[in-house]
Amino acid sequence: MQKHALIILSGLILGISAVLLVFMGNPGNYGVCIACMLRDVAGALGLHQAQIVQYLRPEIIGLSLGATLAALITKEFRATGGSSPIIRFSLGFAGMLGMLVFLGCPVRTVLRLAGGDFNAGIGLIGLIIGIIIGTMFLRRGLSLGRAAKMSPANGYVFPLFILSLLIAALIIPSFFFASKTGPGSMHAPLFLSIGAGLVIGIMAQRSRLCMAGGIRDAIFFKDYHLMYGFLAVFVAALVGNLLVGSFKLGFIGQPLAHTDGLWNFLGMLLAGLTAILLGGCPLRQLVAASEGNTDAVVTVLGLLAGAAFAHNFGWAASAKGVPQAGQVAVVLGLIFTLGMGFALCKFKVGGEVKNEKTCGCQGTFLS
Amino acid sequence: MKKHVDARGLSCPEPVLLTRQVLQDQVIQEITVLVDNKVAVENITRIAENSNCQVKVTKQDSDFMLTLIKIK
Repeated sequence: MQKHALIILSGLILGISAVLLVFMGNPGNYGVCIACMLRDVAGALGLHQAQIVQYLRPEIIGLSLGATLAALITKEFRATGGSSPIIRFSLGFAGMLGMLVFLGCPVRTVLRLAGGDFNAGIGLIGLIIGIIIGTMFLRRGLSLGRAAKMSPANGYVFPLFILSLLIAALIIPSFFFASKTGPGSMHAPLFLSIGAGLVIGIMAQRSRLCMAGGIRDAIFFKDYHLMYGFLAVFVAALVGNLLVGSFKLGFIGQPLAHTDGLWNFLGMLLAGLTAILLGGCPLRQLVAASEGNTDAVVTVLGLLAGAAFAHNFGWAASAKGVPQAGQVAVVLGLIFTLGMGFALCKFKVGGEVKNEKTCGCQGTFLS
Repeated sequence: MKKHVDARGLSCPEPVLLTRQVLQDQVIQEITVLVDNKVAVENITRIAENSNCQVKVTKQDSDFMLTLIKIK
């Protein structure tokens, strides 16, 4: 159990922080949601014009800076890139469409479930099915190819962008769009949000917490390490919600949720499938982007672009339900992602397995 | 029999997948895996220990070499 202590602690901290953030002002079951928060950030940057979901979520900034800090201190910060960037961008884009039709990333799926939202149960089933389909591609040898080491300057671009956002927001708050009404206007106090983000970022970097990875490893490798983190988030948020009285069982009237089961299911199926092809859920992508992984930065840009398109063209769901355009977007996203999955299995560009030679050939000991 | 896996540059979970594929081959007794990031080291170590392997990690410049030996 000791080797699982860190991941369990990270999950507990994330779960408790999420409940605390909601208690202090964030929308319901929206203490931590990488998809929704990136969507709000896209709105704050003016990438979309949906006026009710624009806010430069300090949790995202804190989380990213926390992960960078932890990676720098532990010397794990490495600039890498070049592993199928355009595919990563489009998978991030497609995944975001699915998550905005469900209304949450895998983290929020667990948080919604811990708040008693049964719709999230249907989303979770979709997520699991998506992950199972994803592991079938993994079994067939799916690979996004090798990343190469890069000049460290590449790795600092994303952390410096995030830091610049923070500095600009602190000096000229009006620099960014901020909702006057709706979910974007609901938020915990600035420094609580940043602080919680920082702690979650540090813990997630150290423990490699990943929600989609937890389900994937449990199904595929029968390895439950990451799953403990997933369960810890659920338990902490459930207990927290019960304590502060924000637990409400049922399908109807749940905060920032709709009751359209089919699209909750398909939206998260798309999210799960893209997460497995990408090697991690949005939380993990954000953390990796902050550690110098420029491929993950491209994925985060894809997530932001997906959110911008979804809200500019009315594809995203709301409490009222899922617009037809959003349904079309999810189906197209699924077709695209499945097509990419098959194509990536066919043209293998991954690692090599070789028989070791007994002779001491110079330079290489591979046959 | 020995096998070598070069999983440098690959991101999670590909290094683990490649290693597991080789681990499942009964005739292979020893596997060396070359990876370039700490996450892959942790993940492979966990999977290898779960499948009854002894794991030794050595640093090679900026890369990591894992030696996996099956315990009978």
